Amino acid sequence: MARVEIRNVSLNYHTLAGEVRAVEDISLTIEDQEFVAIVGQSGCGKSTLLSLISGLLRPTRGSVFIDQEEVQGPCRRVGYMLQNDYLFEWRTILDNALLGLEIRREKTPEAVAEVKAMLKAYGLGGFEQYYPAQLSGGMRQRVALIRTLATGPDVLLLDEPFSALDYQNRLAVGEEVVKILRERRKTVIMVTHDIPEAVSMANRVVVMTPRPGRIRSIHRIKMCDEGLTPLQTRERPQFREYFTTIWKELNRDD
Amino acid sequence: MTEETMSPEHLAYLRGLRVKAALVRGTQFLLLVGLFVLWEVAASRGWINAFIFSQPTRIWAALVRLYREGSLWRHLGWTVWETVLGFTLGTAAGIVIAVMLWWSEFFSQVMDPYIVVLNSIPKVALGPIFVVWLGTTITAVVAMAIAVSIIVAIMMMHTGFKEVDPNKVMLVRTFGASKGQILWKVIIPASIPTMIAALKVNVGLSLVGTIVGEFLASKAGLGYLIVYGGQVFNMSLVMASVLLLLAVSVVLYYGVTFLEERVTKGRQ
Repeated sequence: MARVEIRNVSLNYHTLAGEVRAVEDISLTIEDQEFVAIVGQSGCGKSTLLSLISGLLRPTRGSVFIDQEEVQGPCRRVGYMLQNDYLFEWRTILDNALLGLEIRREKTPEAVAEVKAMLKAYGLGGFEQYYPAQLSGGMRQRVALIRTLATGPDVLLLDEPFSALDYQNRLAVGEEVVKILRERRKTVIMVTHDIPEAVSMANRVVVMTPRPGRIRSIHRIKMCDEGLTPLQTRERPQFREYFTTIWKELNRDD
Repeated sequence: MTEETMSPEHLAYLRGLRVKAALVRGTQFLLLVGLFVLWEVAASRGWINAFIFSQPTRIWAALVRLYREGSLWRHLGWTVWETVLGFTLGTAAGIVIAVMLWWSEFFSQVMDPYIVVLNSIPKVALGPIFVVWLGTTITAVVAMAIAVSIIVAIMMMHTGFKEVDPNKVMLVRTFGASKGQILWKVIIPASIPTMIAALKVNVGLSLVGTIVGEFLASKAGLGYLIVYGGQVFNMSLVMASVLLLLAVSVVLYYGVTFLEERVTKGRQ
Protein backbone atom coordinates (compact mmCIF):
# COMPACT_ATOMS: atom_id res chain seq x y z
CA MET A 1 0.00 0.00 0.00
CA ALA A 2 1.28 3.43 -0.88
CA ARG A 3 2.09 5.46 2.24
CA VAL A 4 3.45 8.53 0.56
CA GLU A 5 2.63 9.70 -2.89
CA ILE A 6 4.36 12.64 -4.52
CA ARG A 7 2.52 13.71 -7.66
CA ASN A 8 4.17 16.04 -10.19
CA VAL A 9 5.51 18.31 -7.49
CA SER A 10 7.41 21.49 -8.41
CA LEU A 11 8.56 24.30 -6.18
CA ASN A 12 9.78 27.74 -7.19
CA TYR A 13 10.88 30.31 -4.70
CA HIS A 14 11.35 33.99 -5.16
CA THR A 15 14.23 36.24 -4.24
CA LEU A 16 15.08 39.80 -5.28
CA ALA A 17 17.52 38.35 -7.78
CA GLY A 18 14.73 36.37 -9.43
CA GLU A 19 12.88 33.12 -9.37
CA VAL A 20 14.63 29.88 -8.44
CA ARG A 21 13.30 26.52 -9.56
CA ALA A 22 14.22 24.29 -6.63
CA VAL A 23 12.54 21.03 -7.61
CA GLU A 24 10.70 20.23 -10.79
CA ASP A 25 8.07 17.69 -11.63
CA ILE A 26 8.88 15.05 -9.07
CA SER A 27 6.70 11.98 -8.84
CA LEU A 28 7.45 9.17 -6.43
CA THR A 29 5.43 6.59 -4.55
CA ILE A 30 6.71 5.14 -1.32
CA GLU A 31 5.29 1.92 0.03
CA ASP A 32 4.46 1.23 3.66
CA GLN A 33 7.55 0.32 5.72
CA GLU A 34 9.84 1.12 2.81
CA PHE A 35 13.18 2.88 3.34
CA VAL A 36 13.90 5.27 0.49
CA ALA A 37 17.14 7.22 0.28
CA ILE A 38 17.41 10.32 -1.86
CA VAL A 39 20.90 11.25 -3.01
CA GLY A 40 22.03 14.30 -4.93
CA GLN A 41 24.62 17.02 -4.92
CA SER A 42 24.34 19.89 -2.45
CA GLY A 43 21.70 22.39 -3.47
CA CYS A 44 19.77 19.95 -5.67
CA GLY A 45 16.60 20.42 -3.65
CA LYS A 46 16.73 17.18 -1.60
CA SER A 47 15.94 18.95 1.65
CA THR A 48 13.30 21.05 -0.09
CA LEU A 49 11.61 17.83 -1.11
CA LEU A 50 11.48 16.72 2.54
CA SER A 51 10.02 20.08 3.57
CA LEU A 52 7.35 19.60 0.90
CA ILE A 53 6.48 16.11 2.17
CA SER A 54 6.35 17.36 5.77
CA GLY A 55 4.05 20.23 4.85
CA LEU A 56 6.49 22.93 6.01
CA LEU A 57 6.50 24.17 2.40
CA ARG A 58 3.62 24.08 -0.06
CA PRO A 59 4.41 23.04 -3.64
CA THR A 60 3.99 25.57 -6.45
CA ARG A 61 2.45 22.80 -8.55
CA GLY A 62 1.45 19.23 -7.82
CA SER A 63 0.59 17.67 -4.49
CA VAL A 64 1.78 15.28 -1.81
CA PHE A 65 -0.47 12.63 -0.34
CA ILE A 66 0.05 10.66 2.84
CA ASP A 67 -2.33 7.73 3.22
CA GLN A 68 -4.33 9.15 0.30
CA GLU A 69 -4.80 12.44 2.13
CA GLU A 70 -3.34 15.63 0.70
CA VAL A 71 -0.70 17.29 2.88
CA GLN A 72 -1.79 20.80 3.91
CA GLY A 73 0.68 21.47 6.72
CA PRO A 74 2.74 19.67 9.37
CA CYS A 75 0.73 16.61 10.37
CA ARG A 76 1.00 13.99 13.08
CA ARG A 77 1.62 11.13 10.69
CA VAL A 78 5.00 12.56 9.70
CA GLY A 79 8.10 12.92 11.87
CA TYR A 80 11.07 14.99 10.76
CA MET A 81 14.66 14.51 11.88
CA LEU A 82 17.00 17.35 11.05
CA GLN A 83 20.72 17.38 10.28
CA ASN A 84 21.61 18.13 13.87
CA ASP A 85 19.94 16.94 17.04
CA TYR A 86 19.01 20.56 18.00
CA LEU A 87 18.35 19.49 21.56
CA PHE A 88 17.41 22.52 23.66
CA GLU A 89 20.25 23.15 26.10
CA TRP A 90 17.83 24.53 28.71
CA ARG A 91 15.75 21.36 28.83
CA THR A 92 16.65 18.06 30.45
CA ILE A 93 16.91 14.96 28.27
CA LEU A 94 13.41 13.86 29.29
CA ASP A 95 11.91 17.29 28.60
CA ASN A 96 13.66 17.39 25.23
CA ALA A 97 12.22 14.02 24.33
CA LEU A 98 8.76 15.29 25.36
CA LEU A 99 8.96 18.48 23.26
CA GLY A 100 6.90 17.20 20.35
CA LEU A 101 4.18 15.84 22.62
CA GLU A 102 4.06 19.16 24.47
CA ILE A 103 3.61 21.11 21.27
CA ARG A 104 0.90 18.76 20.07
CA ARG A 105 -0.68 19.01 23.54
CA GLU A 106 -0.54 15.25 23.96
CA LYS A 107 1.66 15.05 27.05
CA THR A 108 -0.47 12.57 28.94
CA PRO A 109 0.95 10.45 31.80
CA GLU A 110 0.78 7.40 29.50
CA ALA A 111 2.73 9.20 26.78
CA VAL A 112 5.36 10.30 29.31
CA ALA A 113 5.67 6.74 30.57
CA GLU A 114 6.14 5.52 27.02
CA VAL A 115 8.89 8.07 26.34
CA LYS A 116 10.62 7.05 29.56
CA ALA A 117 10.43 3.42 28.47
CA MET A 118 11.92 4.33 25.09
CA LEU A 119 14.77 6.25 26.73
CA LYS A 120 15.48 3.20 28.84
CA ALA A 121 15.25 0.78 25.92
CA TYR A 122 17.70 2.84 23.86
CA GLY A 123 20.41 3.10 26.50
CA LEU A 124 19.43 6.45 27.98
CA GLY A 125 17.91 5.22 31.21
CA GLY A 126 19.32 7.19 34.13
CA PHE A 127 20.09 10.19 31.90
CA GLU A 128 16.56 11.62 32.03
CA GLN A 129 17.51 14.53 34.27
CA TYR A 130 20.83 15.26 32.51
CA TYR A 131 21.26 18.23 30.20
CA PRO A 132 22.23 17.77 26.53
CA ALA A 133 25.71 19.22 27.06
CA GLN A 134 26.51 16.26 29.30
CA LEU A 135 25.81 13.66 26.56
CA SER A 136 27.91 12.32 23.68
CA GLY A 137 26.99 12.99 20.05
CA GLY A 138 25.60 9.50 19.53
CA MET A 139 23.44 9.68 22.65
CA ARG A 140 22.11 13.09 21.65
CA GLN A 141 21.14 11.72 18.24
CA ARG A 142 19.22 8.93 19.94
CA VAL A 143 17.36 11.48 22.08
CA ALA A 144 16.47 13.35 18.90
CA LEU A 145 15.14 10.12 17.39
CA ILE A 146 13.05 9.39 20.49
CA ARG A 147 11.71 12.96 20.40
CA THR A 148 10.56 12.29 16.83
CA LEU A 149 9.16 8.81 17.57
CA ALA A 150 7.33 10.03 20.69
CA THR A 151 4.57 11.67 18.67
CA GLY A 152 3.93 8.35 16.94
CA PRO A 153 4.50 9.16 13.27
CA ASP A 154 4.20 6.44 10.59
CA VAL A 155 6.48 8.23 8.17
CA LEU A 156 9.92 9.50 9.14
CA LEU A 157 11.83 12.08 7.16
CA LEU A 158 15.55 12.06 7.87
CA ASP A 159 17.60 14.99 6.58
CA GLU A 160 21.25 13.89 6.66
CA PRO A 161 20.64 12.69 10.19
CA PHE A 162 24.19 11.48 10.81
CA SER A 163 26.20 14.23 9.14
CA ALA A 164 27.08 15.90 12.44
CA LEU A 165 28.72 12.72 13.76
CA ASP A 166 32.27 11.50 13.14
CA TYR A 167 32.75 8.49 10.88
CA GLN A 168 32.98 5.88 13.65
CA ASN A 169 29.79 7.16 15.30
CA ARG A 170 27.97 7.50 11.99
CA LEU A 171 28.24 3.78 11.37
CA ALA A 172 27.28 2.83 14.92
CA VAL A 173 24.37 5.27 15.24
CA GLY A 174 23.19 4.47 11.70
CA GLU A 175 23.09 0.78 12.56
CA GLU A 176 21.07 1.45 15.70
CA VAL A 177 18.65 3.87 14.07
CA VAL A 178 17.89 1.50 11.22
CA LYS A 179 17.29 -1.30 13.71
CA ILE A 180 14.89 0.85 15.71
CA LEU A 181 13.02 2.07 12.65
CA ARG A 182 12.61 -1.48 11.31
CA GLU A 183 11.43 -2.77 14.69
CA ARG A 184 8.83 -0.05 14.76
CA ARG A 185 7.81 -0.66 11.15
CA LYS A 186 8.30 2.92 10.05
CA THR A 187 8.27 4.21 6.52
CA VAL A 188 11.43 6.24 6.02
CA ILE A 189 12.57 8.83 3.52
CA MET A 190 16.19 9.81 4.07
CA VAL A 191 18.11 12.51 2.28
CA THR A 192 21.90 12.21 2.14
CA HIS A 193 24.88 12.99 -0.04
CA ASP A 194 26.70 9.95 1.31
CA ILE A 195 26.20 7.15 -1.26
CA PRO A 196 27.47 4.29 0.96
CA GLU A 197 25.07 5.39 3.67
CA ALA A 198 22.18 5.37 1.20
CA VAL A 199 23.09 1.97 -0.27
CA SER A 200 23.62 0.39 3.14
CA MET A 201 20.24 1.41 4.54
CA ALA A 202 17.69 1.79 1.78
CA ASN A 203 15.35 -0.45 -0.18
CA ARG A 204 15.49 2.08 -2.99
CA VAL A 205 17.92 4.87 -3.78
CA VAL A 206 16.61 7.85 -5.74
CA VAL A 207 19.23 9.87 -7.62
CA MET A 208 18.41 13.54 -8.21
CA THR A 209 19.82 15.90 -10.84
CA PRO A 210 21.43 19.24 -9.94
CA ARG A 211 19.05 22.20 -9.64
CA PRO A 212 16.30 22.26 -10.64
CA GLY A 213 16.07 18.89 -8.89
CA ARG A 214 14.44 16.15 -10.94
CA ILE A 215 14.54 12.41 -10.47
CA ARG A 216 17.29 10.98 -12.67
CA SER A 217 17.02 7.32 -11.75
CA ILE A 218 15.80 4.95 -9.06
CA HIS A 219 17.80 1.91 -7.92
CA ARG A 220 16.40 -1.01 -6.00
CA ILE A 221 18.89 -2.33 -3.46
CA LYS A 222 18.24 -6.03 -3.06
CA MET A 223 20.37 -6.49 0.07
CA CYS A 224 18.11 -4.42 2.29
CA ASP A 225 15.08 -6.41 1.12
CA GLU A 226 16.83 -9.49 2.53
CA GLY A 227 16.84 -7.86 5.94
CA LEU A 228 20.59 -7.26 6.26
CA THR A 229 21.73 -4.53 8.64
CA PRO A 230 23.67 -1.56 7.22
CA LEU A 231 27.01 -2.95 8.44
CA GLN A 232 26.30 -6.39 6.94
CA THR A 233 25.31 -4.73 3.69
CA ARG A 234 28.57 -2.84 3.54
CA GLU A 235 30.46 -6.17 3.59
CA ARG A 236 28.60 -7.64 0.61
CA PRO A 237 30.42 -7.73 -2.76
CA GLN A 238 27.38 -6.14 -4.50
CA PHE A 239 27.81 -3.09 -2.28
CA ARG A 240 30.65 -1.81 -4.48
CA GLU A 241 28.64 -2.38 -7.64
CA TYR A 242 25.70 -0.37 -6.35
CA PHE A 243 28.06 2.31 -5.17
CA THR A 244 29.78 2.58 -8.55
CA THR A 245 26.52 2.66 -10.50
CA ILE A 246 25.00 5.36 -8.33
CA TRP A 247 28.22 7.36 -8.20
CA LYS A 248 28.35 7.41 -11.99
CA GLU A 249 24.67 8.39 -12.19
CA LEU A 250 25.26 11.27 -9.80
CA ASN A 251 28.17 12.63 -11.79
CA ARG A 252 26.64 12.17 -15.23
CA ASP A 253 26.09 15.33 -17.25
CA ASP A 254 23.03 15.45 -19.43
CA MET B 1 41.60 13.98 42.64
CA THR B 2 42.40 14.65 46.28
CA GLU B 3 45.46 16.36 47.72
CA GLU B 4 47.10 13.01 48.50
CA THR B 5 46.86 11.58 45.01
CA MET B 6 48.30 14.66 43.27
CA SER B 7 51.87 14.71 42.10
CA PRO B 8 54.18 17.24 43.79
CA GLU B 9 54.47 19.07 40.44
CA HIS B 10 50.72 19.50 40.23
CA LEU B 11 50.52 20.72 43.83
CA ALA B 12 53.27 23.23 43.09
CA TYR B 13 51.36 24.39 40.03
CA LEU B 14 48.16 24.89 42.04
CA ARG B 15 50.09 26.70 44.77
CA GLY B 16 51.58 28.97 42.12
CA LEU B 17 48.11 29.87 40.87
CA ARG B 18 46.90 30.64 44.37
CA VAL B 19 49.91 32.81 45.12
CA LYS B 20 49.36 34.76 41.91
CA ALA B 21 45.66 35.32 42.70
CA ALA B 22 46.47 36.41 46.24
CA LEU B 23 49.08 38.83 44.89
CA VAL B 24 46.54 40.47 42.59
CA ARG B 25 43.94 40.75 45.37
CA GLY B 26 46.50 42.12 47.82
CA THR B 27 47.72 44.75 45.39
CA GLN B 28 44.16 45.81 44.59
CA PHE B 29 43.44 46.23 48.28
CA LEU B 30 46.69 48.10 48.98
CA LEU B 31 46.05 50.46 46.07
CA LEU B 32 42.67 51.42 47.54
CA VAL B 33 43.99 51.82 51.07
CA GLY B 34 47.01 53.75 49.75
CA LEU B 35 44.82 56.22 47.89
CA PHE B 36 42.68 56.88 50.94
CA VAL B 37 45.72 57.29 53.19
CA LEU B 38 47.33 59.66 50.68
CA TRP B 39 44.09 61.64 50.46
CA GLU B 40 43.82 61.85 54.24
CA VAL B 41 47.45 62.91 54.69
CA ALA B 42 47.31 65.41 51.84
CA ALA B 43 44.21 67.04 53.32
CA SER B 44 45.43 67.16 56.90
CA ARG B 45 48.87 68.52 55.89
CA GLY B 46 47.17 71.17 53.83
CA TRP B 47 48.57 70.01 50.44
CA ILE B 48 45.00 70.10 49.17
CA ASN B 49 42.10 72.15 50.44
CA ALA B 50 40.01 69.82 52.60
CA PHE B 51 37.03 72.15 52.23
CA ILE B 52 36.94 71.54 48.49
CA PHE B 53 38.38 68.03 48.27
CA SER B 54 37.02 66.74 51.57
CA GLN B 55 38.95 63.92 53.24
CA PRO B 56 38.24 60.32 54.28
CA THR B 57 37.74 61.04 57.99
CA ARG B 58 35.28 63.83 57.19
CA ILE B 59 33.43 61.57 54.77
CA TRP B 60 33.22 58.95 57.49
CA ALA B 61 31.91 61.58 59.89
CA ALA B 62 29.29 62.61 57.34
CA LEU B 63 28.19 58.99 56.95
CA VAL B 64 27.95 58.55 60.70
CA ARG B 65 25.90 61.76 60.96
CA LEU B 66 23.51 60.55 58.25
CA TYR B 67 23.15 57.28 60.09
CA ARG B 68 22.51 58.96 63.47
CA GLU B 69 19.93 61.30 61.94
CA GLY B 70 18.23 58.19 60.60
CA SER B 71 18.21 59.54 57.04
CA LEU B 72 20.89 57.18 55.69
CA TRP B 73 18.50 54.28 55.11
CA ARG B 74 15.78 56.59 53.82
CA HIS B 75 18.02 58.02 51.07
CA LEU B 76 19.55 54.65 50.24
CA GLY B 77 16.13 53.04 50.22
CA TRP B 78 14.65 55.57 47.83
CA THR B 79 17.48 55.27 45.34
CA VAL B 80 17.52 51.48 45.42
CA TRP B 81 13.72 51.30 45.13
CA GLU B 82 13.59 53.74 42.21
CA THR B 83 16.42 51.97 40.44
CA VAL B 84 14.91 48.51 40.89
CA LEU B 85 11.53 49.80 39.69
CA GLY B 86 13.22 51.52 36.76
CA PHE B 87 15.18 48.56 35.53
CA THR B 88 12.54 45.90 36.09
CA LEU B 89 9.85 48.00 34.39
CA GLY B 90 12.28 49.15 31.68
CA THR B 91 13.46 45.63 30.98
CA ALA B 92 9.96 44.15 31.15
CA ALA B 93 8.55 46.77 28.78
CA GLY B 94 11.61 46.31 26.57
CA ILE B 95 10.98 42.57 26.38
CA VAL B 96 7.28 43.06 25.60
CA ILE B 97 8.06 45.53 22.81
CA ALA B 98 10.83 43.26 21.50
CA VAL B 99 8.31 40.40 21.37
CA MET B 100 5.98 42.62 19.33
CA LEU B 101 8.82 43.50 16.97
CA TRP B 102 9.68 39.80 16.63
CA TRP B 103 6.04 38.87 16.08
CA SER B 104 5.42 41.31 13.25
CA GLU B 105 8.07 41.90 10.63
CA PHE B 106 5.97 44.81 9.37
CA PHE B 107 5.84 46.50 12.78
CA SER B 108 9.56 45.93 13.18
CA GLN B 109 10.34 47.60 9.85
CA VAL B 110 8.06 50.53 10.62
CA MET B 111 9.58 51.06 14.07
CA ASP B 112 13.20 50.69 13.02
CA PRO B 113 14.06 54.36 12.31
CA TYR B 114 12.20 55.54 15.43
CA ILE B 115 14.17 53.19 17.63
CA VAL B 116 17.44 54.22 16.04
CA VAL B 117 16.68 57.91 16.64
CA LEU B 118 15.41 57.37 20.18
CA ASN B 119 18.52 55.37 20.94
CA SER B 120 20.82 58.13 19.75
CA ILE B 121 19.39 61.00 21.78
CA PRO B 122 20.74 61.44 25.31
CA LYS B 123 17.73 60.44 27.40
CA VAL B 124 18.74 62.64 30.34
CA ALA B 125 17.83 65.61 28.14
CA LEU B 126 14.22 64.50 28.56
CA GLY B 127 14.45 64.95 32.33
CA PRO B 128 12.82 68.40 32.52
CA ILE B 129 9.95 67.14 30.35
CA PHE B 130 9.19 64.35 32.80
CA VAL B 131 9.34 66.80 35.70
CA VAL B 132 6.82 69.09 34.01
CA TRP B 133 4.55 66.24 33.03
CA LEU B 134 4.76 64.14 36.17
CA GLY B 135 5.74 66.65 38.84
CA THR B 136 8.57 66.33 41.34
CA THR B 137 7.53 62.84 42.30
CA ILE B 138 8.94 59.35 42.35
CA THR B 139 7.04 58.78 39.11
CA ALA B 140 9.20 61.31 37.31
CA VAL B 141 12.36 59.69 38.67
CA VAL B 142 11.26 56.20 37.66
CA ALA B 143 10.18 57.50 34.25
CA MET B 144 13.68 58.86 33.82
CA ALA B 145 15.20 55.51 34.82
CA ILE B 146 12.93 53.68 32.36
CA ALA B 147 13.65 56.15 29.58
CA VAL B 148 17.37 55.57 29.94
CA SER B 149 17.12 51.77 29.93
CA ILE B 150 14.17 50.81 27.75
CA ILE B 151 15.59 51.41 24.27
CA VAL B 152 18.72 49.39 25.00
CA ALA B 153 16.51 46.63 26.42
CA ILE B 154 14.37 46.61 23.26
CA MET B 155 17.36 46.50 20.96
CA MET B 156 19.24 43.83 22.91
CA MET B 157 16.22 41.59 23.24
CA HIS B 158 15.09 41.99 19.64
CA THR B 159 18.58 41.15 18.38
CA GLY B 160 18.65 38.20 20.80
CA PHE B 161 15.30 36.91 19.50
CA LYS B 162 16.45 37.18 15.90
CA GLU B 163 19.67 35.32 16.65
CA VAL B 164 17.93 32.23 18.02
CA ASP B 165 19.00 29.29 15.85
CA PRO B 166 16.41 29.13 13.01
CA ASN B 167 16.81 25.34 13.01
CA LYS B 168 15.38 25.20 16.53
CA VAL B 169 12.36 27.11 15.24
CA MET B 170 12.17 24.76 12.26
CA LEU B 171 12.27 21.79 14.63
CA VAL B 172 9.19 22.87 16.57
CA ARG B 173 7.46 23.82 13.33
CA THR B 174 7.85 20.19 12.18
CA PHE B 175 5.70 19.33 15.21
CA GLY B 176 3.12 21.84 13.99
CA ALA B 177 3.93 24.59 16.51
CA SER B 178 1.92 27.82 16.36
CA LYS B 179 3.62 31.20 16.48
CA GLY B 180 2.77 31.51 20.17
CA GLN B 181 4.31 28.10 20.86
CA ILE B 182 7.45 29.07 18.93
CA LEU B 183 7.66 32.13 21.18
CA TRP B 184 7.15 30.30 24.48
CA LYS B 185 8.93 27.04 23.75
CA VAL B 186 11.91 28.34 21.78
CA ILE B 187 12.43 32.10 21.51
CA ILE B 188 11.90 33.07 25.16
CA PRO B 189 13.82 30.21 26.83
CA ALA B 190 16.64 30.48 24.28
CA SER B 191 16.90 34.20 25.07
CA ILE B 192 17.23 33.88 28.85
CA PRO B 193 21.00 34.57 28.70
CA THR B 194 20.31 37.67 26.58
CA MET B 195 17.69 38.78 29.12
CA ILE B 196 20.22 38.48 31.92
CA ALA B 197 22.77 40.41 29.88
CA ALA B 198 20.13 43.12 29.28
CA LEU B 199 19.37 43.23 33.00
CA LYS B 200 23.06 43.65 33.77
CA VAL B 201 23.38 46.57 31.39
CA ASN B 202 20.09 48.06 32.58
CA VAL B 203 21.01 48.03 36.26
CA GLY B 204 23.77 50.51 35.48
CA LEU B 205 21.68 52.56 33.06
CA SER B 206 18.70 52.76 35.43
CA LEU B 207 20.96 53.96 38.18
CA VAL B 208 22.08 56.77 35.87
CA GLY B 209 18.44 57.61 35.14
CA THR B 210 17.49 57.48 38.81
CA ILE B 211 20.31 59.79 39.91
CA VAL B 212 19.57 62.30 37.14
CA GLY B 213 15.90 62.07 38.03
CA GLU B 214 16.70 62.75 41.67
CA PHE B 215 18.90 65.69 40.69
CA LEU B 216 15.89 67.25 39.04
CA ALA B 217 12.89 66.18 41.01
CA SER B 218 13.06 64.77 44.46
CA LYS B 219 13.24 65.33 48.17
CA ALA B 220 15.13 62.14 48.95
CA GLY B 221 17.65 59.70 47.51
CA LEU B 222 21.38 59.76 46.86
CA GLY B 223 20.97 62.01 43.83
CA TYR B 224 19.11 64.50 45.98
CA LEU B 225 21.84 64.30 48.66
CA ILE B 226 24.56 64.93 46.08
CA VAL B 227 22.82 67.99 44.67
CA TYR B 228 21.92 69.25 48.13
CA GLY B 229 25.51 68.74 49.36
CA GLY B 230 26.81 70.62 46.32
CA GLN B 231 24.43 73.51 46.87
CA VAL B 232 25.36 73.97 50.53
CA PHE B 233 29.02 73.34 49.67
CA ASN B 234 29.24 70.31 51.94
CA MET B 235 31.72 68.28 49.91
CA SER B 236 31.98 65.56 52.57
CA LEU B 237 28.25 64.91 52.16
CA VAL B 238 28.67 64.78 48.37
CA MET B 239 31.59 62.36 48.61
CA ALA B 240 29.78 60.22 51.18
CA SER B 241 26.78 59.99 48.86
CA VAL B 242 28.98 59.05 45.92
CA LEU B 243 30.55 56.26 47.97
CA LEU B 244 27.08 55.04 48.93
CA LEU B 245 26.09 55.13 45.28
CA LEU B 246 29.13 53.01 44.47
CA ALA B 247 28.04 50.48 47.07
CA VAL B 248 24.49 50.44 45.66
CA SER B 249 25.68 49.79 42.10
CA VAL B 250 28.00 46.99 43.23
CA VAL B 251 25.24 45.31 45.25
CA LEU B 252 22.73 45.59 42.39
CA TYR B 253 25.23 44.27 39.86
CA TYR B 254 26.11 41.26 41.99
CA GLY B 255 22.42 40.71 42.64
CA VAL B 256 21.88 40.26 38.92
CA THR B 257 25.01 38.09 38.62
CA PHE B 258 23.64 35.89 41.39
CA LEU B 259 20.35 35.64 39.51
CA GLU B 260 22.28 34.72 36.37
CA GLU B 261 24.07 31.86 38.10
CA ARG B 262 20.78 30.53 39.45
CA VAL B 263 19.06 30.67 36.08
CA THR B 264 21.83 29.33 33.86
CA LYS B 265 22.75 26.45 36.17
CA GLY B 266 22.87 23.20 34.21
CA ARG B 267 23.22 24.83 30.82
CA GLN B 268 26.53 24.57 28.99
